[in-house]
Amino acid sequence: MERFYTFKIKRFLPDKTPLIRWDEFRIKLNSMERVLDGLIKIKESIDGTLTFRKSCAHGVCGSCAMKINGKNRLACQTLVKDLTELVEIEPLPSLPVIKDLVVDMTLFFEKNDRVLPYLINDEPPPERERLQLPKEQERILESITCVMCGSCTTSCPIFWADKNYLGPSALLKAYRFLFDSRDRATEQRLEAITGEHGLWRCHSVFNCIEVCPKEIDITKHILKLKRFAVKKGFTGG
Amino acid sequence: MDITTHYFDTVVIGSGLAGCRAAIESVNYGTVAVLSKLYPTRSHSTAAQGGIGAALGNEEEDNPEWHTYDTVKGSDFLGDQDAIEIMCYDAIPTIIELEHMGVPFSRTPEGKIAQRRFGGHTRDFGAAPVRRACYSADRTGHAVLFALYEQCQLKGVKFFQEFQVLDIVIENNKVQGVIALNIKNGSIHVFEAKAVIVASGGYGKLFKVTSNAYATTGECLSILFRQGIPLEDMEFFQFHPTGLYGLGILITEGARGEGGVLINGKGERFMERYAPTIKDLAPRDMVSRAILTEIREGRGINGKEYVYLDLRHIDKKILQERLPEITTFCKIYMGIDPSESPIPVVPTAHYAMGGIPTDNDGRVLRDVDGSVVEGLYAAGECACVSVHGANRLGCNSLLDTVVFGRRAGKAVGSVLKSIERGKVKKERIKINIDCIEMIRNNKGKETVASIRKKLQSSMMDKCSVFRTEEGLKELLEEIKILKERYKELTISDKSQIFNTELLEAVELGHMLTLSEVIALSALQRTESRGAHYREDYPERDDENWLKHTFAFLTEKDIEFKYKPVRITRFKLEERKY
Repeated sequence: MERFYTFKIKRFLPDKTPLIRWDEFRIKLNSMERVLDGLIKIKESIDGTLTFRKSCAHGVCGSCAMKINGKNRLACQTLVKDLTELVEIEPLPSLPVIKDLVVDMTLFFEKNDRVLPYLINDEPPPERERLQLPKEQERILESITCVMCGSCTTSCPIFWADKNYLGPSALLKAYRFLFDSRDRATEQRLEAITGEHGLWRCHSVFNCIEVCPKEIDITKHILKLKRFAVKKGFTGG
Repeated sequence: MDITTHYFDTVVIGSGLAGCRAAIESVNYGTVAVLSKLYPTRSHSTAAQGGIGAALGNEEEDNPEWHTYDTVKGSDFLGDQDAIEIMCYDAIPTIIELEHMGVPFSRTPEGKIAQRRFGGHTRDFGAAPVRRACYSADRTGHAVLFALYEQCQLKGVKFFQEFQVLDIVIENNKVQGVIALNIKNGSIHVFEAKAVIVASGGYGKLFKVTSNAYATTGECLSILFRQGIPLEDMEFFQFHPTGLYGLGILITEGARGEGGVLINGKGERFMERYAPTIKDLAPRDMVSRAILTEIREGRGINGKEYVYLDLRHIDKKILQERLPEITTFCKIYMGIDPSESPIPVVPTAHYAMGGIPTDNDGRVLRDVDGSVVEGLYAAGECACVSVHGANRLGCNSLLDTVVFGRRAGKAVGSVLKSIERGKVKKERIKINIDCIEMIRNNKGKETVASIRKKLQSSMMDKCSVFRTEEGLKELLEEIKILKERYKELTISDKSQIFNTELLEAVELGHMLTLSEVIALSALQRTESRGAHYREDYPERDDENWLKHTFAFLTEKDIEFKYKPVRITRFKLEERKY
């Protein structure tokens, strides 16, 4: 079943004046199509200058996070039939916009780098795999599904106020390694995340959970991190 | 024009599994830059679902000899057996190494890497399916890619993300470097290097229905081809049997590995007829043909053009633990819960067996005699070693990327000291800039979308699972017309900043080149083998066609040469399952 939708899109054209404007496009989409299909249709048939990121188109690569009807989501995972006839689209909030719906993710990814985002284990590796029991792995199962789309961190009011704040995505990454039974850098990593702009800044606003396209209960992970940090003697920031 | 020149000992193109694995190895020997047109973790490797093969024997008896045999047979005997043997034996240390790097593989109750069944992987030379695919639920690619990218960061590999490669410069039979465009601001970057490893992935976007990401357009293959580097076995393109109907989104073979079955419109488990021993776990080429045969003969679901993948009898807990991602896809995109409803599926363009010819250490071949281009390497889906021959087995692609990515990285390390630093000439840079500006400013009446759509649907109609001489000839005529139309291309976005319309125009030019190579390669191979099925030549013809196709661009046209298949262990046999 096809019907018309109006996509109202916040444009940012860095080499045009005015820099910012809202454009409306009327397009026909069927009930299986997603916001990303709508954007592609507009780019292909109405305005070739409309710019957005895309790649896998089924919610695994994290390229197309944007604000759709007031909420950060992946355009490829948002079916138009679940939205109103008027679809309002903006870039992810609180990051510098490069063009239209493309934001500069540098700041977002740099936060990740601060939590030592790799398995650290200097013990000589065994001949075969390091054993990890299913119940040990279960602790990190949810955290490893993160696609780093940026929806969570850019929806966090703490991040809006403090651009140095690690934010939910980087804290989740820290969790992923701190609770991996094979990792040996507990102190080092806790040191890295418990500074002034780290773990203790989270006030459990829960915005991150609301927007996560992989439905990760990020706040729960951060709370567990807090308890763990206290237990290990890393208090207050 | 804003031009920046960089120097790195090794430049890797592509940040998927092959690229990252190659980088981790080559950074042991010198400086490494990885160029990616996406942010690295967005690479299409992340979408790989079901598993990575290795005869670890964690769940039941297995050995690399059986893995080798299965891969040879799966390739319809076109795979080079020495290379396959290397891959299957290297598989074990390579997977163990991945685990040590932090890959969160799913586990057995005692904490070992868990393994499951996959298409075409058997015990005892075809006796019955074997648990060989190591997995991380149904997000194996994502799990491996993140671990490899993380290790690259730890080891100081430098990433240039959102850089589009425009040219790979080869002069005097030596690679000199890479010319790339910084997508963010349109500036030109020249990367001079001693060695270049091409790990740019596949090109599923040549087809209308594909499991592949938008980024999979294959420009690096075309860039090399236009400079006289041959492309090997391009007629072999895999269609994965189970793409979500209407969307092409992949539903992993792991779903059948966990017990899922295919059902036609009459409620029959039809794979029993096509592959009596391993049924739904037959190799992909056979399952895809079987599905489309059922549909052609009117046994699709309610006469429509799809069949069902039925997972309803699988324990809900298993679905939740081992197939959570595809369960979510079904819910989001089809509005169905696979534990309650069967999944409508149809074959989807998935994987390129053919590509840039290499030896067993990733060195790019410039001819059938085995001569190489100094400093130029390739690994992963863009390359053709050939370990997959005419048809790749499931969970052998991730394996190929890490085994041969690693080997290419090591091979580069062994020559860095004796190889000279490349030099990219100003004239070459200017040619690339002129080419970009010509596309930007061309005043025609054609759009990227109209040409691309036509190309993708023609490729799908005439060059997918079933092919005929007539169809392929029509396709070639259409491509010729599209190439003419491409000259009349116009784009509306003239800006330097994040100009995706311009990049799509660049990609489209290369897509046309590659499509022509594929169609011509398919036309000249007058037999059916693996994924290449000619309705007018339905039999495998070992007498005439047990050989690799090398397509070359010459001054006149595209010409073909042939290279014998390396047969070391296993004799030819009829391929039955």
